[in-house]
Amino acid sequence: MAQAKAKAKPKSRAKAGAARHWTADIFDVLKRHNLKQVAYVPDTGQAPLIEACIRDNEIRAIPLTTEEEGIGVLAGAHLGGEEGALLLQSSGIGNCINMLGVPIECRMPLLMIVTMRGEWGEFNPWQLPMSQGTQAALEAVGVIVLRADSAERVGETVAAAAKMAFDAGRVVAVLIGQRVVGHKNWDR
Amino acid sequence: MAGRKAKAEELQRGAAVAAILKRRGDALVVTGIGNAVHDVAASGDVAENFYLSGIMGGAAMVGMGLALARPDRRVLVITGDGEMLAGIGSLATIGVEKVPNLAIVVIDNRAYAATGMQATHTARGVDLAGIAKASGFNHAVAVSDAAGLRAVVDDAYEKPGPYFAVLRVKSEGSPRVRVPADGTFTARRFRRALLGDEMNP
Amino acid sequence: MAKAPIPTRKQQPWADPVHGVLRDFDIRQMAYVPDGGHARLIGLCLADPKMRSVLLTTEEEGVAQMAGAWLGGQRGVFLTQSGGVGNCINMLSVIQECRIPLLALVSMRGQWGETFPWQVPMGQGTQAALEAANVIVKHVDEADQVAETVRAAAAMAFNTSRAVAVVVSQRLTETGGRG
Repeated sequence: MAQAKAKAKPKSRAKAGAARHWTADIFDVLKRHNLKQVAYVPDTGQAPLIEACIRDNEIRAIPLTTEEEGIGVLAGAHLGGEEGALLLQSSGIGNCINMLGVPIECRMPLLMIVTMRGEWGEFNPWQLPMSQGTQAALEAVGVIVLRADSAERVGETVAAAAKMAFDAGRVVAVLIGQRVVGHKNWDR
Repeated sequence: MAGRKAKAEELQRGAAVAAILKRRGDALVVTGIGNAVHDVAASGDVAENFYLSGIMGGAAMVGMGLALARPDRRVLVITGDGEMLAGIGSLATIGVEKVPNLAIVVIDNRAYAATGMQATHTARGVDLAGIAKASGFNHAVAVSDAAGLRAVVDDAYEKPGPYFAVLRVKSEGSPRVRVPADGTFTARRFRRALLGDEMNP
Repeated sequence: MAKAPIPTRKQQPWADPVHGVLRDFDIRQMAYVPDGGHARLIGLCLADPKMRSVLLTTEEEGVAQMAGAWLGGQRGVFLTQSGGVGNCINMLSVIQECRIPLLALVSMRGQWGETFPWQVPMGQGTQAALEAANVIVKHVDEADQVAETVRAAAAMAFNTSRAVAVVVSQRLTETGGRG
């Protein structure tokens, strides 16, 4: 799979003409905003980004058992003077709707990077209910939602979201389309 | 009690689950998401299996609701460590409810195999059997060798529940098995096998 | 710590008829997180020998339990506060994906005369979040309409295999004793 190769080195600078992987663009935004805590639930789509965060000496990468833990961790980070980001899959949004009340109610900044499943060439039927409701569920509790549906737009969109989160003090989610992430394909 | 400093893991997950299911009799089986589905289906895609194939953290509680509804049948939940951690509060609820016919077997490979073998918290020392024991389960063990597995094969069906076992297995995924992905099908197939003509919508 | 007294029939007059409806539908499992809005109904269910009432640590457990109950041939009811709805949106995928009947009773906070600001974000988003998860929502804010609404919701849930939530307005659930 050509895509797997492209994923391999998110931090390497692209040579002229060679496409940078979109996760490298996200990583740059995280660094530009001096983020110190990155909480995540393991996810194939964001794996290169997670690995880059784990390797980075200034970022504490925190694996979670469930996504709502990450909302709490980042609220605490903000209270302690650090900012961070939560990396998750669309299904994980459904695990943290109530906990999102914390940053919403306290007007704390929060940046969420969400890789979508269940919307573009999905083969696993169980992914569809949650993905079809992801944006609506976020908006139900007042989260600002931006979308990126092409690899080139990911960096720009996350940069815009990060400004709204950290400069304007809002809870912002970037939904990265499954088209960008690629189909998850086990055996067919 | 769970031995965190267990010997080198020598259990192979597919063979371990097959050994347990060989004795299932009329037990009802609920699986968690991911490799557990394939481990169970490899022993036969039978109607008395319900595959919670798509959602993290619910297998233990589906097992509990089922066990309460059918006190005459043993209910066996087979799931992975990542899935169990995502619904860890369920252990407290089940421990309090003291459901006698419920057994939970966690296939602990210390990794999220479905997303690329990233470490789970059990890789860093979290003791699931210890949590189950402290939550009020009647029995909670962690095993990592053939002798331990032999005990689980009997106890999972015979010990008064709630029963909990962690199988520490080699850190690997499972071969893919053809499993019906359609939940409306597997759910109704399950109910027809269990309830026959009494099945209401 | 003293236990909060169960609200009287006068304070939550709709609870007894709702319990009657649950009996009519042969509801055998009830799953709940303690909640003042449902307090009388919870008390009635706990005292009912025909129902197994299960106290949860978090609401998503209840959705999974209801799926298991139905697989085993029993009907259940899931009681939650509006905040708890936000804890089980993903687990509701199980209900939708398997077309499992679900009867949920939601007591509202953050909606009618709320004085505690932290309840407002989730309270204002409860119905939209449920609908995002494809749950059919029936809102009720008249005490004498609650039981009838639950009856309609239960009939739909169990006969058409749908997830149906009856959202009980904070107008009805305020007992004055809740934090």
